[in-house]
Amino acid sequence: MSEGHSGGNNGEHHPEAQPYAALRTKAIESLLIEKGLISTDAIDARVQAYEQDIGPLNGAKVVARAWTDAAYKERLLNDGGAAVAELGFFGAQGAEIVVLENAPTVHNMVVCTLCSCYPWPVLGLPPRWYKSDAYRARAVIEPRAVLKEFGLTLDDSVEVRVWDSNSDIRYMALPERPEGTEDMDEEALVALVTRDSMIGVAKVSAPSLTA
Amino acid sequence: MQGALALPRSNGELVFAAPWEGRAFGIAVALNEGDVYAWGDFQRRLVDEIAAAPPDAAASAYYERWLAAMESLLLDYGIVTREELDARTAAYESGELDVD
Repeated sequence: MSEGHSGGNNGEHHPEAQPYAALRTKAIESLLIEKGLISTDAIDARVQAYEQDIGPLNGAKVVARAWTDAAYKERLLNDGGAAVAELGFFGAQGAEIVVLENAPTVHNMVVCTLCSCYPWPVLGLPPRWYKSDAYRARAVIEPRAVLKEFGLTLDDSVEVRVWDSNSDIRYMALPERPEGTEDMDEEALVALVTRDSMIGVAKVSAPSLTA
Repeated sequence: MQGALALPRSNGELVFAAPWEGRAFGIAVALNEGDVYAWGDFQRRLVDEIAAAPPDAAASAYYERWLAAMESLLLDYGIVTREELDARTAAYESGELDVD
């Protein structure tokens, strides 16, 4: 960069001032491109993938497959990363994916107490509340109270297990298949599975009969 | 398809609240996938930045922590210098360079 060209045409009046973080990000991006470490296309591809392609629908497909294929479910619980890769979902930044089966007597929920570790290939990027101080702190201290705020009240006889994700292991809950869905096929089941049920802060509901 | 499940922006929440958040995310992931650093190296710095943030900082400030973690990693690894980063930031701020 040559110096000394202060007071250019647009120096005094920008249409809209950019926040510092936007300027800093742009500065980092342009320097890394000049150094040949990254390309605009590579960045675009990652942004587009997580904005448009990689999200909870991936996880819903994994869950529906596990509900309808006992052998797949066994593989999923034994080696989550390999089983989700069978369905074409990759990219956990080198972390293992561990899938936890929810059952009438055991309820698993997932948190990242230190930051925001999350099973990207199956759920995409985490919702805002997952990254909040409140959820990160309270999920381990009073999980039942947190679940209640999500609308899930568990009987005292149900054991609640809280799993703290990290850079090596990303957890995902395998929700229970709801009663009354015995006649539904895999594709129809996919539509029932919610993101929150795979974080373990909700159960999956059967479709309402009045719909 | 399938209502709220169709896109990652399910439950009406945008994945990135501003374009720069997406760029900061994409840069960190692309550098990792290009083997410039291991993800754990970035993640440890993200943990530190989050821990150093004021309690009850807005969740919207999350990507500011993310950006700070990435900057600290790039400086520590000697991939960029603070001087060139500050100079380039100033060039964008003054309008000498166009952000978009």
